Amino acid sequence: MTDMPVEETEIIRPPRNQWLDVWDQFKTHKGALMGAAFFVFILLAVTIGPLIWTIDPTYIDIRARNQGPSLGHPFGTDQLGRDTLARMLSGGQVSVAVGVAAMALSLVVGTFIGVLAGYFRRLDGILMRLTDLFLALPLLPLLLVIIMLFRDALRSAFGPEGGIFILIVGVIGITSWMQTARIVRGDVLALKEREFVLAARSIGTPSHRMITRHVLPNVLSPIMVSATLGIANAIITESALSFLGLGFPSDFPTWGRLLFDSTDYLQQYPERVIWPGLAISLTVLSVNYMGDGLRDALDPRIRGR
Amino acid sequence: MKLRHALLGAAATLAFAPAAMAERGSDGQVNIIYWQAPSTMNPYLSGGTKDLEAASLVLEPLARYDQDGNMVPWLAETIPTVENGGVTEDLTSITWKLKPGLKWADGSPVTSADVKFSWEYCTAEGGGCAQSEKYNDVVDVETPDELTVIVRFGVAKPFPYGPFVGAQAPVIQAAQFAECLGAKAPECTDANFKPQGTGPFTVVDFRPNDVIQLEANPNYRDPEKPAFASVLFKGGGDATAAGRSVLETSEFDYAWNLQLAPDVLANMVSAGNGKIVSGFGTLVERILINMTDPSPELGDRRSTVDTPHPFLTDMAVRQALSMAIDRELLVEIGYGDAGRPTCNVLPAPEIYKSTANDGCLVQDIERAKALLDEAGWVPGPDGVRAKDGVRLSLLYQTSTNAVRQDFQALIKQWWEEIGVETELRNIDASVFFGGDPGSPDTFQKFYADVEMYANNFDGTDPESYMANWLCKEIPSPETQWQGNNINRYCSEAYDALVAEMAVTGALEERAELAKAMNDMLMQEYVILPLVDRGRVSAHSNTLGGVVLNTWDSELWNVADWYRIE
Repeated sequence: MTDMPVEETEIIRPPRNQWLDVWDQFKTHKGALMGAAFFVFILLAVTIGPLIWTIDPTYIDIRARNQGPSLGHPFGTDQLGRDTLARMLSGGQVSVAVGVAAMALSLVVGTFIGVLAGYFRRLDGILMRLTDLFLALPLLPLLLVIIMLFRDALRSAFGPEGGIFILIVGVIGITSWMQTARIVRGDVLALKEREFVLAARSIGTPSHRMITRHVLPNVLSPIMVSATLGIANAIITESALSFLGLGFPSDFPTWGRLLFDSTDYLQQYPERVIWPGLAISLTVLSVNYMGDGLRDALDPRIRGR
Repeated sequence: MKLRHALLGAAATLAFAPAAMAERGSDGQVNIIYWQAPSTMNPYLSGGTKDLEAASLVLEPLARYDQDGNMVPWLAETIPTVENGGVTEDLTSITWKLKPGLKWADGSPVTSADVKFSWEYCTAEGGGCAQSEKYNDVVDVETPDELTVIVRFGVAKPFPYGPFVGAQAPVIQAAQFAECLGAKAPECTDANFKPQGTGPFTVVDFRPNDVIQLEANPNYRDPEKPAFASVLFKGGGDATAAGRSVLETSEFDYAWNLQLAPDVLANMVSAGNGKIVSGFGTLVERILINMTDPSPELGDRRSTVDTPHPFLTDMAVRQALSMAIDRELLVEIGYGDAGRPTCNVLPAPEIYKSTANDGCLVQDIERAKALLDEAGWVPGPDGVRAKDGVRLSLLYQTSTNAVRQDFQALIKQWWEEIGVETELRNIDASVFFGGDPGSPDTFQKFYADVEMYANNFDGTDPESYMANWLCKEIPSPETQWQGNNINRYCSEAYDALVAEMAVTGALEERAELAKAMNDMLMQEYVILPLVDRGRVSAHSNTLGGVVLNTWDSELWNVADWYRIE
């Protein structure tokens, strides 16, 4: 990124897109590659899956309850005869959507605060104390209060599922941006003293252009990494909320809810806990591996080693 | 001593194997496990069921309740009533006659002075008696002779069977507890751990929160009972382990209160070593229908009597909601042996149980639909019925609990079949039942269209329970949301019945009134009873004579237990 291709090497090596370099480096990380493949698989499964597997996840077929795997129900059915595969797919949709949306929100907030705090010395103190304040907030009690306060308002505006979705994404987003903000601030502080930044400033580049042109592209790698970790974190928080019986209505499947509902049947039907548990852990693991690989690939100092 | 008993028991079983019930102490030892361990043998010093039940092996009341909730004389000759002259016409005093010849385990006679002392003990200043409400309004206890006890009340008591009735208010020995009145009560460790009793067993060794060893009372009034020479009463553990120890490993003969999922219990029973017994009390899982409008737009006046509900005030809708529910299936899914479908909010005792509403046991989706059609609720393009712009869309809330969420999912499907849109909500139980007037999610505030929970009443007399649905019991912001009329039902006719019951003494008439009130609530469909939830215990196949009783101690008839070979 900072290493601009030198004119003379053009004859020997055709100019390469820097993203191709990143991809080359990413490919060498086996775990990251597998993680990415699995994450894409999960994404496809939860988006296209319900179109292929058309059983309604909330339909109760009481005669078919507590069944093991069969052709009609590859993952079996639950205690009310609902198809576990269909519930896994539609549950995954919600869990992944919450994960990605909450990550995006926390990323935007975290990057914004991190860049401002790092770049403008005057804002640094205030913004970092704000970050400390948010770090000190206990997430679960806060969620309980927020759900109690805003549930009815959001429910009437967006419907029961939409309202809770916005609430959960919002809450997870605004309580998980702090790490990103701290990392970004640290990187911006170091970057600010680099020669190319000083050079840009000396020719009178205004602040907003400095940030968008020179600072942001250079802090992209920590942002990307914290983004992947953020997805994992958000999926886990949503699962924890559903596991506690909060969040989405009880008949609305999410991976955490499926896990919560199955714990009572742990002894008789262990597979019902294993499926959502496995989905949550593998998704989180794959995203973490992806983050790991991306960090290596995006860092030009490591790239090529 | 234990060995001797065991040998004696073994010898006795060999000798009298065919005639198992022939003689006192002939059947060796019975092992009982309670997964909550008793910490005292004095029921006046503990409100815990485990302590009451352990004590009931030793201490006995004048009268107790049988498995149907009827009173049976125990240490008394008969049950005093207005008809037999035992209760005065003005309902202010009751005269009990002791059975002649009763003896304490130490051989001394049981007299009316002991009965009077039991009242003094529980009402002594500074004693902190856990059962003092049993002696409410008692102003005096008179003992004209050795066997006669007259209890005088300060007010007219239509139901005068509080004092000395049931496992909570047994008779204790005056001689043993004379020095333990008032603040000194907890200090009499020896008396509290090894009380002298009239019951079939007497304590040999008491280890608090662990094990109690008992042996047959040599002075028990029936010379042939109890069949067991000794009792090992083990406390502690959890319900699952207790169930296993009886049903799977046969270490114990009797396990108390097994609150386990139906499949888990069925699994244990399949080992073939024991069986499950269930008894039913008054605990009914019910859906309450909000007669007032819970819409958030109403602000402070939501869910108050100022704002009638837009569609649940239509009886056809309420009736259709009830008809769409398959109660048998709910029982099968959620409770198994520990539940049975019910159509009454007052399902027991037997004399109060109405049979007028049993039609609700059969699910009838088609009739429910027809009923809504007749009432003018027609399905819209999305399948949800509507009339004059009002859609049948419900918010259905309950506490967070796996069984309740399954019930919600099932009932939602049935209601959607008849064209009623249902949104589910579950709230943490400590919030839902917390009663905090600041929280919007309590069951009293009822910020939902329907809600589900279970409720029951203490004892066997339904008077105060049925008074829950008085108009003045409706919770509102003015009463800090306190009050028991959660579904905001209000009827003058109902209030009149409650007033009548408060001045009626005869048991049969009281039963008629209670049934009439129950039928009124049921036939207006303001409460949809679902499941009568019972108590489940287990006993081994070799233990006979067990009759589960939810109105009194489960060990109420332990004197009649015997060994089946």
